Amino acid sequence: MSTFRFAVSVMPREGILDPQGRAVETSLPHLDVTNVHGVRVGRRVELSVDAPDAAAARVVVERLAGELFANPLLEDWSIEALGVTQGSAASAEGAAGSAGSAAPSDSAVPSGTVGA
Amino acid sequence: MRTAVVVFPGSNCDRDALHAATLAGTDAIPVWHESTDLAGADLVILPGGFAYGDYLRAGVLARFSPVMGAIRDHAVRGGLVLGICNGFQVLAEAGLVPGALTRNTSLRFEHRWVTLSVERTDTPFTRAIPAGRTLRMPIAHGEGSYVLPDADLDALEARGGVLFRYAGPEGNPNGSARDIAGVLDTGGRVCGLMPHPERAAEAILGSDDGMLLFRSLIESGARSMAAA
Repeated sequence: MSTFRFAVSVMPREGILDPQGRAVETSLPHLDVTNVHGVRVGRRVELSVDAPDAAAARVVVERLAGELFANPLLEDWSIEALGVTQGSAASAEGAAGSAGSAAPSDSAVPSGTVGA
Repeated sequence: MRTAVVVFPGSNCDRDALHAATLAGTDAIPVWHESTDLAGADLVILPGGFAYGDYLRAGVLARFSPVMGAIRDHAVRGGLVLGICNGFQVLAEAGLVPGALTRNTSLRFEHRWVTLSVERTDTPFTRAIPAGRTLRMPIAHGEGSYVLPDADLDALEARGGVLFRYAGPEGNPNGSARDIAGVLDTGGRVCGLMPHPERAAEAILGSDDGMLLFRSLIESGARSMAAA
């Protein structure tokens, strides 16, 4: 048994209005950026699967992507294999590397624009 | 007639739905989402709120709660199911009604009164509503924009699956395709709508138009009980 790490990217389907992407795009002039367009906002899900081989692991991820992570009426998805930890079901973290320990602070982003 | 109101972690209109269903004259009881026993209910209501915090996508995690299997069986047997707001999102994610609900085009949480046209008055949900009568009800949602591919929308309209539309001077509050506010499943026994009839069930709330839905359902429940 090995541990397989995957990333599933979920994006709004072509033709489905993406109000988040549109909102991001309309804010760009405030950053003095005028040459960026086609912004779309989706979601990324990372997960580890314990399975005998990569194909078996992928079957599980395919199912979760279509039934849970994405709604096929609204979203498309793609699956990326991130790595594998051989023969150890316990240490899934090792396969994914250690990204994100130093989170960049981006103080240029205004907060509180949506006062819900 | 018995009404079961399903309570998910994060439901917040379950008490209102119980109150309105009781007021309408049904024996209304809450049913926890982990139960698979609907207590012999004739009508099941999936109430509004934020089941599972709306994490991942509104309604999708609730779709996998144990109670949903019982609701599916109930619907297959011809039982009545009403999904309100978040309940509509759960029904849509579960495939019990067609379509999907996504982010309002305004990107805002829209909470206001709307006017609905009633597209059919020959359904269990609308039979007590006089033809041509519009309904005033509040909406309160961030993800109520109804989405379905054009060809499927045509098919939905052709089979009379559109039950309510936003039709007032306030316009379409969320960008829903063809102003759709509520739909029926193919069997005509499962309905999902974004506006809140239970919040418009007494005059003191500003409108009692919502009670027309509950009265319709009681009439329908009484009929099916008489037929059984």
